[in-house]
Amino acid sequence: METGKLFENVAFNLLKLAVIYLPDDVKQALKKAHEEETSDTGKTQLKTILDNIELAEKYQAPVCQDTGTLIFYVKAGAKAKDLDKVEEALINATIKATKEIPLRPNAVDPFTQKNSGDNTGRYIPYVNWEIVPGDKVELTVMTKGGGSENVCIGGMIVPGEGINGLKKFVVDAVIKAGAQPCPPNILGIAIGGGADISMRLAKRTLLKPLDEPNPDPAIAKLEKEIFEAVNMTGIGPMGLGGKTTILGVHIDYAFRHPASFPAAVAFNCWAARRASARINADGTVEYLTHKLKW
Amino acid sequence: MTVYKFKTPISEEDVRKLKVNDVLYVTGTIVTARDQAHRRALEFFKQGKPLPVNLEGLAVFHCGPVVSKEGEKWTAVAAGPTTSTRMDLFEDEFIKNFKVRVVIGKGGMGKRTTDAMAKYGVVYGAFTGGAAILAAKAIKNVRSVEWLDLGTPEAMWIFEVEEFGPLAVAIDSHGNNVFMDVAKNVEANKQKIYQKLGISP
Repeated sequence: METGKLFENVAFNLLKLAVIYLPDDVKQALKKAHEEETSDTGKTQLKTILDNIELAEKYQAPVCQDTGTLIFYVKAGAKAKDLDKVEEALINATIKATKEIPLRPNAVDPFTQKNSGDNTGRYIPYVNWEIVPGDKVELTVMTKGGGSENVCIGGMIVPGEGINGLKKFVVDAVIKAGAQPCPPNILGIAIGGGADISMRLAKRTLLKPLDEPNPDPAIAKLEKEIFEAVNMTGIGPMGLGGKTTILGVHIDYAFRHPASFPAAVAFNCWAARRASARINADGTVEYLTHKLKW
Repeated sequence: MTVYKFKTPISEEDVRKLKVNDVLYVTGTIVTARDQAHRRALEFFKQGKPLPVNLEGLAVFHCGPVVSKEGEKWTAVAAGPTTSTRMDLFEDEFIKNFKVRVVIGKGGMGKRTTDAMAKYGVVYGAFTGGAAILAAKAIKNVRSVEWLDLGTPEAMWIFEVEEFGPLAVAIDSHGNNVFMDVAKNVEANKQKIYQKLGISP
């Protein structure tokens, strides 16, 4: 198969897998939350979520009607061929997926308010590039819901307050977000770098499985501490009260300027959709997050 | 907690029976409206133009569905709720002018809407955010679509539904609002969390 077409097929499959089948780690976390939730209303919400996940798989339909802004992450091996064909392939896959799965057209011109109708437009789908050694290409898609995007927040902590300042920043962000981002949520938190870098890292860390804490024990401990603290808020599933406000926390960081302590919190909704595949130089494809179901 | 099953058009008397934390299922006609459709509906009212559908006694649904079209026939593929807080801006006028009885969405609504609901006899039914297929399965027919020039998410979709729910009655017509109660509780918990984390407020 011609490489451009191969990229397109893989991207289409990833979009379809992502919007229909939630990753196993997210499903497991939701099941556990349902078992442990003590609020009646909260438990009903989690039950409805689990029922809906099953129905989506049964009917092969998107788990949520907000099929999100489409964001791709490409880890491109420096020796891989035809990298110049990737962006065009991703656009073609997006148009095809919008029509055939279908996806909701979610790309609107901010000046004219016109919806392009096919999920493409200036910078959309957005592509994050990373050049890595080797000849393989790893494609990942995140279909990011608008409700959880609306409460993402970046800010600057007073460096003297350090990590304590970060904890307050996160707790306040979750409380301010309340019911809006479809809790239970997953939090991606990042510090350092700069305003843009921290947000980029925060969002990217949402791609990590929930059962994969940060390899640095001190950061893993902070993830756990924030997880427990935020679940004490009582916001609960869908903000109707309960002890499950978040399913997990991921933290990433970059070194910071002595005068700056940028911080960012990226929220993902419970419908935390992501899918990845690796395309080898010989044209074989390995799906990393899902088994290919067709 | 009581479970109610209502058919549209719903009367004010029936709506007044509902209390927060009751569960409601709606059968009949529900009409979607998000930001743009709310804005346009209110403009129509100002200009004395009738809406494409009479909303009296119906449910308005904050939703931008995924739809597919075969021939002339539309189908709702996925149709969960969107965040209602964005419609707070319009909802009191919308309720007053169009006499809907149920507002369906997620994320809750504020004091202005809660007051209007008490005054005119309306409830807010919270549908689980993201439960899009469960919602779509209760939609038995897409009767029509209006204002498609706004794009499919923002258009006004007129759905015929059967036992659409479960809707958690989160704002009733007696001034109670679960989301505002939860917010108060969260504010109290915040101090405990600060203490646990060693944060000075």
